[in-house]
Amino acid sequence: MEDLKRLEEFQAKIDAGEKIEPKDWMPDAYRKNLIRMMSQHAHSEIVGMLPEGNWIQRAPSLRRKLIATAKVQDEAGHGLYLYSAAETLGASREELLEALHNGKAKYSSIFNYPTLTWADMGAVGWLVDGAAMVNQVSLIGTSYGPYSRAMVRICREEAFHNRQGYEIIAELCNGTEEQKEMAQDALNRWWWPSIMMFGPSDADSPHSEQALKWGIKAEGNDSLRQKFITMTVPQAHARGLTIPDPDLKYNEETKQWEFGEVDWDEFFNVIKGNGIMNRKRLKDRNAAHDNGKWVRDAAAAYALKKKTKVA
Amino acid sequence: MYTDEIKEAQKEYLLRLADDRMILSQRLSELCGHGPILEEDIALTNISLDLLGQAKLYYEKVAELSDEEVTADDWVFFRDEREYWNVLLVELDNEDFAHTIVKQLIFDVFEILLYGEMINSKDADLKAIAEKSIKETKYHLRHSHEWMLRLGGGTEESNRRLRDAIEFLWQYTGELFYTDEVDDILVGAGIAPDVSKFRDEYYKTLNKILVESELEEMDPNVWMQSGGRDGRHTEYMGHILATMQYLPRSMPDAQW
Repeated sequence: MEDLKRLEEFQAKIDAGEKIEPKDWMPDAYRKNLIRMMSQHAHSEIVGMLPEGNWIQRAPSLRRKLIATAKVQDEAGHGLYLYSAAETLGASREELLEALHNGKAKYSSIFNYPTLTWADMGAVGWLVDGAAMVNQVSLIGTSYGPYSRAMVRICREEAFHNRQGYEIIAELCNGTEEQKEMAQDALNRWWWPSIMMFGPSDADSPHSEQALKWGIKAEGNDSLRQKFITMTVPQAHARGLTIPDPDLKYNEETKQWEFGEVDWDEFFNVIKGNGIMNRKRLKDRNAAHDNGKWVRDAAAAYALKKKTKVA
Repeated sequence: MYTDEIKEAQKEYLLRLADDRMILSQRLSELCGHGPILEEDIALTNISLDLLGQAKLYYEKVAELSDEEVTADDWVFFRDEREYWNVLLVELDNEDFAHTIVKQLIFDVFEILLYGEMINSKDADLKAIAEKSIKETKYHLRHSHEWMLRLGGGTEESNRRLRDAIEFLWQYTGELFYTDEVDDILVGAGIAPDVSKFRDEYYKTLNKILVESELEEMDPNVWMQSGGRDGRHTEYMGHILATMQYLPRSMPDAQW
């Protein structure tokens, strides 16, 4: 009875657009749903460092190398905020990482695709960060305070990454034939996976409905996907690039770009671990963690010694 | 205006400074996403970024001093290993976190002393770069120093790994003090610091940190490796450049 009343008050607060803060009462399912979302988001940031880190050493100019390095550093920073934000819900970074490393937790499936050419650094910034940004701008409106505030800061940096990615693509499109082909090829490979980043259609998305009711998500998958497509198609056309979707057409009435059938079979398979890079990404994350154990142990032992000395 | 002799010496000198930082940055960037803890991914990437920024400033100045139409990028992407002048230390393999930290420490202590002198350079650009860089270097040294204490005073394993690292890397410290006529000309003109002046202080500082880190002092007067300043590198160097340079070299007409 008590719980029902608290639940009503909780829902009323959300409906009134107020933020929920760490010390406020919240239903267990709300807490769990948020931990799941925020940790997936944090994991995506740190796994996402791998496909981009793959190109830092090969960036083709000093300027590009500086930008690429700074960008991957930003992703690490985002990971750190998000793990800290998730800690306000009582989930420790260690347990969240453990779930990532043993394969129980998910991260954005997009990072299970390989970065094959330099143009992929452009495509990842332009499309992947672009899609992430559309999603994250909407998450500024999330009902959980710490998550919302983390999003404000992260979105600012993602907007920057998105512009830099597009700039790489633009530079390639202005370049030699070979460079143009490289840009088109990257778009061909990254377009559909980027569209899939918004998750399955709301009708097939298991977490969507409750997440919307509680204001965890502010907008559904389909509407965010449409926003991204309508924003991105003209950017591709402006550079003379072709979107790899023969069914793509502009609807004069709705002012939206309508798109073809998404291959959800591929999406669910990559989520299940059958993407070309799934194993390698987890192997690299695990290796970094395992190889770093002696370092973390040393730091802990040193801190303990210092503490005992003071005491 | 500088004489041609000074100008040539300066180009050579700047390339040495640039190459040291470029290759060390490149090595550090390999660790991005593979650090022992997220905070270290951020810290090591940041250090890599600072070094890259410093290298860029030096390469740009070399390009300015050149009579031909060259850019900073040309120096980075279109020279072979026999034309790279970095010390051997910076090209060595990352091995493990202890090697990374010791390598950084060896470099950071030197850099602090070098920049501490270079801020008095008569060359305005060099002075400005030194003033900017010394601030970054203070952070780098604090980072490597703090980790020395933790690894040395942490566990048996971390102490052993740290000892292995210093015992191996020590032979690469001597080359930091390599000088030839390039230095003679620039030291004479008040442009470059005289590194021999702070050699004793350098080894004293390093040894002090080693002792604080529960390691034995090391002897500065042992056999030291050299060759980098003459383009005689380790076998690692060719692989570093192959990775770093392949794209601009495979499409030399392209802009990026």
